[in-house]
This record gives sequence, structure tokens and C-alpha cells, in this order.
Amino acid sequence: MKKDTFEPYNISDNDFEQCVKCTICTVYCPVVLVNPDYPGPKQAGPDGERLRLKNPDYFDEEALKLCLNCKRCEVACPSGVKIGDVIQAARIKYGTKRPTLRDAIMANTDLVGTMASAFAPIVNTTVALKPVRQIMDKVLKIDHHRIFPKYSGEKFETWYRKHAAAKQDGFKKCVSYFHGCYVNYNFPQLGKDLIKIMNAAGYGVKLLEKEKCCGVALISNGLVKQAARQARHNVRALQKSIVENGHPVVSTSSTCTFTIRDEYPHLLGVNNEDVREQTELATRFLFRLIDGEKLQLVFKKNYSARVAYHTPCHMEKLGWSIYSTSLLQMIPGLELMQLDSQCCGIAGTYGFKKENYETAQGVGQPLFTQIEEADVDCIATDCETCKWQIEMSTTAKVKNPVAILADALDIEATQALWQQQ
Amino acid sequence: MKFDTVIIGGGLSGLTCGIRLMEQGRKCAIVSSGQSAIHFFSGSFDLLSRVNGQEVTNPLESIHSLPSEHPYQRVGQANIARLAEEAPQLLDRAGMVFAGTAKRNHFVLTPMGTMKPTWLTLDDFTSFAKNDKLPLSRATIVNLQGFLDFHTLFIKDGLTRYGVEVQVRNVAMAQFEAIRRNPSEMRSSNIAKVFDQGDALDQFAEKVNKLGKESDVIILPAVFGLFNTTVPAALKARINKPVVLLPAVPPSTPGIRCQIQLRQRFQELGGTHFLGDMVREGKFKGNRLRYVNTNNHGDIQLEADHFILASGSFYSKGIKAGPYGLFEPIFGLDVDGENEREKWFDKQVFNNQPYMHYGVRTDARFRPMINGQPVENLYAAGSVLAGSNPLKEGSGAGICLLTSLHVAEQILQDQDDEERYI
Repeated sequence: MKKDTFEPYNISDNDFEQCVKCTICTVYCPVVLVNPDYPGPKQAGPDGERLRLKNPDYFDEEALKLCLNCKRCEVACPSGVKIGDVIQAARIKYGTKRPTLRDAIMANTDLVGTMASAFAPIVNTTVALKPVRQIMDKVLKIDHHRIFPKYSGEKFETWYRKHAAAKQDGFKKCVSYFHGCYVNYNFPQLGKDLIKIMNAAGYGVKLLEKEKCCGVALISNGLVKQAARQARHNVRALQKSIVENGHPVVSTSSTCTFTIRDEYPHLLGVNNEDVREQTELATRFLFRLIDGEKLQLVFKKNYSARVAYHTPCHMEKLGWSIYSTSLLQMIPGLELMQLDSQCCGIAGTYGFKKENYETAQGVGQPLFTQIEEADVDCIATDCETCKWQIEMSTTAKVKNPVAILADALDIEATQALWQQQ
Repeated sequence: MKFDTVIIGGGLSGLTCGIRLMEQGRKCAIVSSGQSAIHFFSGSFDLLSRVNGQEVTNPLESIHSLPSEHPYQRVGQANIARLAEEAPQLLDRAGMVFAGTAKRNHFVLTPMGTMKPTWLTLDDFTSFAKNDKLPLSRATIVNLQGFLDFHTLFIKDGLTRYGVEVQVRNVAMAQFEAIRRNPSEMRSSNIAKVFDQGDALDQFAEKVNKLGKESDVIILPAVFGLFNTTVPAALKARINKPVVLLPAVPPSTPGIRCQIQLRQRFQELGGTHFLGDMVREGKFKGNRLRYVNTNNHGDIQLEADHFILASGSFYSKGIKAGPYGLFEPIFGLDVDGENEREKWFDKQVFNNQPYMHYGVRTDARFRPMINGQPVENLYAAGSVLAGSNPLKEGSGAGICLLTSLHVAEQILQDQDDEERYI
């Protein structure tokens, strides 16, 4: 018989009516394992939602705040319930507490990044000092174990305008790069690496018109109005690039990508329909070209490394780790092992907060053990906050797959392949 | 993305297909829309427990009494006998030890205190040769204080009927106080997580040993060994009486462990496992399925020489029932079953329900059809198949394991044939 298009009638966008209370989500929740104060995804999500719909007084802000928003419950759910969305949407809908000064500082990555970059040497030295960390712990409740990622003296955008922008017009094909805050303020080298690869592949790299932070930290810290404003701004910039100029958008951060694609429409109500499909990770963009035999990468003959890949939570939710690992496996001298996918515990700003420090480290422990036991040169992962957490909690060095690819790529040989045609 | 075989469904059936094919060097991907029914595993796999309401002694012999459209009949008795030997070996290679034979059902104690015939039983649990009496006279059932998913009085009632003297005891431990604060989260998997690490197991065993001095067996809920596979053996070593574990209300701790072991085996063999993704549709060329599209991979297609549909029955949405009839939601395959709603049910709930027999229609080689034409390179395995009532027959796991091994053989043979032609 013909395929039926009948779908059950739902009143929610997150399918919470489909929950059959099987509890499988709770089995895979990394927080439940270490923090009994968290009621678990079933209770905080669909079960709690039934009560909250009856009476908003059932909203328990302190409990729901403990959700990492890792979405591992959603990946596990056999019934397709967007459990993480149910929880985050409830925080947005019913939350009454205003964000603290600390939360506002940590969430405003653009503002803090711009200021810190201007005084990078002073800021980097100061926030790394033990007494300063003790004061931040006492006053701001930012855990003293945490070391902030170093700020770069020159923003990626500034470097790009000075050294890269002019060359990009020489390419017939172009992409736009959503660099994110980490590349702009902390680690411009990753952006430089991406440009190196894309240029070698025959693509010019443009920047979006006034990119703003994707807003993930604003959402998790309760600054939803500001997050929605930034989301609308970014969607307009994406539309300009994708719809008007025909330049697809790539990113090197799994969380930025996930936020733009899925959190914008699901949590912020910002429509991204016309840009969603062409906003993706650079590794997926490259994989598609190679898979469709439209691109060939040539690697250095003498490159050699043993690498273990860690799947960030939002990468697991996107289901895209295969793109990054497949690219890494194309490097002849690279030996890749896959770590058993588990949350590292940091979840953006979550693990920096004093009250969450122990939970974050407890959540990450099984991953840290795997990493310490793995005999590798470095860990590869597509998320910057996973990188910070792993580097703060283990002896391992962590690199973005794009950085490894850039290192191993034979630029001239790769370029020569398409320039001949 | 190109694979030799793409398997739709990551439950017992999909994983069995995947492991078997990977063991033969085929490159496979499994697309699984969330975790599977193995999370509801009782600890035993049934092959055939009842035919026409009669309890089965020798499943292999009783297969001939099944209707001709039954998956076992269609795989063939000789094949079933052979594959039934292979299945526990495949599980063993994945790190799970099962006891039992297809030539004679053994018995396990159920959480209702009754005896049930079965085929293979995981070594966490206890197999009994007979169902009319138990080799014990005094039992102590121990539960954890506040754990509501283990119904000790049912077990006590049942055992009393076998002439067993039963005492029920509760154990309270500080390690569980935290999860007990929220009674709805005092679930078996959360308890198992506590036993997975630290010294909770030692303390628990010590308490149980004190309570069970007068008994010849200790009965406990199966809440041991979730992510840590060594816990069940460690428990039995620390308790100085024989231990009989009984399943608790799902999610099942041994089930989750088995799911993880099967998935790890598949991945260690080099298989690609896409969890939390869903196949949206397929693209056909003539009678061949060329590729499928999934939610997560969007325009990047999953191409393969062969595809396996192991998407389960109604509960897993492998088959759906709409207001206008039955349908297979991914490809719109032919479904064996009545389209008129009134014919789906028997009003007596415990009768043989017609809808339980519904599933996709397949040809002699287990290839599903579209408008009566088999799809050349698509196979169906497990509970998505029509022709059985797993609930009435006690045949669900057997059908999953054995049709999957059979379909894997079809694919391997298919590929051999193709190579011969070249």
C-alpha cells in the first residue's frame, strides 16, 4: 500500500506526548550518575512538563539548572522526544531568577572577549594568578580550579582583514566562515588553519557580516532575550551569505553549529529554515566534496601521529563525528582510535561555576580515565570547551580535527590537482 | 557515504546482522533511532515456548507444527537447527555467556514467582531443568529499602506454591539515601550505577550474608553490573549462598549491559553505529534500493550494495497503524495484515490478537516487496516480519536472532554469486 502520511497529533514542538516513561533517558544521563540533586531527564523533562502545564508552580528552577543540555537523553530516546529541549524550554518559559553578575559576564563572550583581547597580556597573567583565582572563587563563584583560556592579542577578525581578506577574492568558489568566539578571541590559529585548508581545496573564505556570538552561553545562563536578538542578527547575516551571495557557511565548532541549526528554532523561536541546511561544520563540507569525488586532499608523506577522537555531546546529537573521523583517517600516517563517547562535564560555562565543579569533574571522570589510558600523541575533538576541560583535567593535548588536517595537508600538491583542470 | 550493507535498526536483530556481516569482513553501518528493546531484556531468549497453547519441550521438533507462513518455517527447520547453534557462539564472542540448547527448553524463575520455559539464559541468571519443583526448600528474598520495582510478595506467593519456605528482607544502605530522596528515580539502573563502583557491593553482601544464614538460596533483583561487567560475578563471589537474580521492572540492568556489549562488538569489528538518527526515505532504481537518506546526514546519502530492514514492530514504529490502515513508514513496503481496523483486535485481550501477526511481506529470501515485486537488495529481519505472534509463542528473541543470521547468510551468498559472475 502507499506510504501513509498520517502523523499523530501533537500539541508540543518537542514531542513530549510521545514519552512512554521507559526511563532509558535517565540511564544515559551523565549528571544523574554523579549528582543525586538532579532529578534526571525523564522527571525534569516530560514528567515535569505534565505537571508544569497543570500548574507553573511545579517548576523547580534549582533542579532544572543542573541539566548540562548535553542532549544525550535525546540521542538515547527510542520515542523521539526532545527531552533536552523540554527542559531548556521550561527554564526559558518559567524561569524567574535574574542571571547573576558572574553568569552575565561568562555569557557575554563578545563583550568580555573584546575587552580582554585589548589587554590580553595583562588579562592572561592576572586571571591565571592563584590569589586572583581565589578572589574570583569567593566573589564571583567561579571555581578556583579553573583556568580561563588565554586571550589572543590580535582578534581573528583583525588578522583576517589585514592578512587574508584580499586573497579570498581570487577564488571562483567561496564559503563564509562562522568562526565563533573561541577562534576570534582565544585561538585565531584555528581560523588560519581553516583558511589554509579551504584555500588549498579551491575555496575562498569570507567572513559573515558582523558575526555575533551564537548565543549558547546566553541561553544556558538565562539571557534569552539577548540570545534571541543575536540569533536574529546571525540568521540575517547567514541569509545574506547563503541566499544572496550563494556562499555556504562553515564552522569549526560543533556547539556553535548545533546552536545555530537546532537551538535557534527549538528554543529561541528564530526561524532559520532557509539557511539551516547550508550551515554546517567544515569537516562535513569537506567530506561531502571528497565523497562526491569533487575534491581530493593530498597529505604530507612524512606525517605521523597517533590520535584519539572524542565525540563532543553536541556532535553526538548532530550525528556528525563520522565526517571528522573519516577525514582524519584519510591521513596516511595517522593512526586513529575512537574514545567511547561520553560527556566531558564542562558544558560551556557550567563547569566553571563553583557550585558545579564537582559534578563536572565527576561527569568527566570516565572520559579522563580513557584518555589517560590511551597511548596517543593528542586528542582530537570538534568542541573548544571540551578541549579546555580535557586539558585542565588530564595530561593530554587537544586539537581540533581541522588543525590536524592543516598540519598534515600538502598544500601545493592539493592545489595542483584542481588548478590543472 | 558508501557501505557494503546499511542496516536500519539497532536492536537485537540489527546488531546481530551487523556483527555477523562484519565478522565476514563486510563494511556495515547501523542507523538506530534511539536505544532499543534490549533495554527490556528479561535475561532469557525464547526460541519457542508454546504452540497452540501447549508448552513446548523441544523447540526444534515443534517448529513443524507452526503455520507455513511463520518465519521459522520459512527459514527452514534444518537452517534453524544450525543457526540456533551459531547464535550463542556469536553472543559469546561479544562477551556474553548464555546457557541452554534449542533441543530442549530449560526453565527460569519469573518475577511473578512462576516458572517459564526458555532457550538461552544469560549467566547472571539461574537455569532450572524442571518446572514442577525447585531444588531448594528455604529462600530469602532481599530487596533494597525503597526500591519499588521488585515485587517481593509476588515472588513469595509463587515460591510458596512450590513448597518453598520464604522470608522477605529489606536492606537499607547509606549509599542509596541520595537516590531514595526522589522515589521515582530509585530505579534499577540508578541502583546499578552505585554498585558499579566503590564499596557498596561489599557492604551489601555482608548484610545479605547475615540475613540469609538460615536459607539455602538468596533471591535478589537483577540490579548488578550496568557499565561494569564484573559486578555480577563479584556479587556471587561475596555472597556465601547460591544467588538467584530475578528481573526487576525495566530498564533492565543486564539488558543495557548486553546492548552495550553488542554495540561495542560491532564497533570493534569496524562497524559504523549511527545512534539517534532516523532513515527518512530511500531512492530506488528499478527494483534496487540505491541509497537512503537520514535526518542527521541530510543530503549526504548512505549508499550500499545491500540493505537490511530491522526496524521492529509497532512499538518500535517499524510498522505503523493509521486511521486508514497499516503501513511501513520508510519505504511504503507491502504489509501482511488487515487494513480494516475492526479486524485488528480480538475483544478478549488474552486471546491470540491478529495485529500481533502483522508485519512486512517478504519473498522466499526474506526480501520485502513493493506492489508484489521484491526489492532485489533489501532484506527484512526480526520483529518487522509478518507471520508470528511472539507473545503467544514465546518466540520473539529467537525470531530476531535466527532470521538475522539467516538474512546475513543470504547477503553473503548474494555477494558470492555476484563475484562469481564477474
